[in-house]
Amino acid sequence: MDEIMKPLPIIDNDSKFFWEGCEKNKLFIQQCQSCSLHIFYPRILCPHCGEENVTWVEASGEGTIYSYTIARRAGGPAFKGDLPYCVALVELEEGVRMMTNIIDTDMEAIHCNQKVKVVFQKVGEMALPMFTPV
Amino acid sequence: MSIKNAAAIVGVGDIELEDGKVKDGLSVMQIQAIAAKRALDDAGLSKSDVDGLFVAGLWGVPGVGTFPSVVMGEYLGIEPNYTDSTQIGGSSFEAHIGHAAAAIQAGLCEVALILYGSTQKSERSRSLAGRPPTFTAQYETPFGLPSPAGAYAMAANRHMHQYGTTNEDLAEIAVATRKWAQLNPFATKRDTISIEDVLQSPMITDPLHLLDCCLVTDGAGAVVLVSPERAKDCRKKPVWILGQGEAHSHWSIQAMPDLTVTSAAQSGKRAFEMAGVGHDDIDFVEIYDSFTITVLLTLESLGFCKRGEGGDFVKNQRTAPGGDFPMNTNGGGLSYAHPGMYGIFLIIEAVRQLRGECGERQVKEAKIGLVNGTGGTLSSTSVVILGRD
Repeated sequence: MDEIMKPLPIIDNDSKFFWEGCEKNKLFIQQCQSCSLHIFYPRILCPHCGEENVTWVEASGEGTIYSYTIARRAGGPAFKGDLPYCVALVELEEGVRMMTNIIDTDMEAIHCNQKVKVVFQKVGEMALPMFTPV
Repeated sequence: MSIKNAAAIVGVGDIELEDGKVKDGLSVMQIQAIAAKRALDDAGLSKSDVDGLFVAGLWGVPGVGTFPSVVMGEYLGIEPNYTDSTQIGGSSFEAHIGHAAAAIQAGLCEVALILYGSTQKSERSRSLAGRPPTFTAQYETPFGLPSPAGAYAMAANRHMHQYGTTNEDLAEIAVATRKWAQLNPFATKRDTISIEDVLQSPMITDPLHLLDCCLVTDGAGAVVLVSPERAKDCRKKPVWILGQGEAHSHWSIQAMPDLTVTSAAQSGKRAFEMAGVGHDDIDFVEIYDSFTITVLLTLESLGFCKRGEGGDFVKNQRTAPGGDFPMNTNGGGLSYAHPGMYGIFLIIEAVRQLRGECGERQVKEAKIGLVNGTGGTLSSTSVVILGRD
């Protein structure tokens, strides 16, 4: 039986550096050099102050679960084999939030404000930043 | 600048459903045309009177549906002076009300037709799959969030974490809404449910159960809005736009500033200020109920209760028929119908309530109603306050 391919990021000019970093097991986010705030997802202008002065910085990879859900129905056919699985919003130490999966843990023990760290998971040809409790 | 009393709703129309589907295999173009004709008939107007056209849709995208007001203009034979396909999700139509009233006030059009239709249930086109992983969705879709339910589930979990809100609190909303549906012969789901039934229904994405989620149905609706001058000659008594506001705070749920507060805090505030009324002046509310948590967050964000107190606010079936806070009086997206973008049906029900056309489910002495639309993943909101003479 053919496995249904998972939807993988379609890389564009905003995201190329980010996904290349993941491939090297490094989590890059942006920081605005004008207002010093961090930015995720990557973009060409700072969404806080509107300036163009954004640069890449490596994130610590640590954060907390801001919120989460345990999927009992799959978000598309490619995810059926993973059920149940956890999709979460992780707030990095740098203050930005990103959507991710919480893996390698007891699904029922996951909770808000839980401390987690990044782990890079190979999916198809790409490495996705996922998180696991510390 | 205010659009208070700048325009009146004089016509509404919709279509009948059978088990959530349109009859006789009607197409999405046909049902929109039928709803439009019924709304114009309701007003005593014809399509030749329409000079402003407002259409949002999810049909035919990509393809003809990418240009909904242009395509429906062609199908109906309307060449408007003013056109608007604003698409901000389920709240689009509350935004259209504001845009149409402003255009009417500015003299850019006199008779505005707002239109929506969907045959998503007949076509079995709805799924929990995320959007194609391009642009901003590339940071979301690869993680398999059941969409959009999973985003609302995350909001529910955060609210539960911060405030101790429970599944029982959310179930109160589903049960009360079903009681209204039982009074509406056109509602899709009319069998009795209990709080226990909600809690025992299958878990979709924690903490939301099946009965916390809106229906998936077909549907079409139309609303006709006219200038005060034109309203004098219409068949039905005018329902006035007293206030309107719109806002959006994010698209992806990961960018929502605070998962427990929607932008109804801003759009609602603007609508209340424009209308010059307070919360106690509102006789009934029609609150977008894509999920039970949507309602709870919206009631708090609109200021009907304090942040975190939504659970207490809806306790003991307060929003059910006979309760002191009539809400979602047609049975809502949870039990009446939810054809993808539900916002236009909130307006239609509010107009019928203000006209006293609601039969068994009529709210006594309904003079002022509040309508709130929410679109995307708690992304956009628009609030309209309506009143009668």
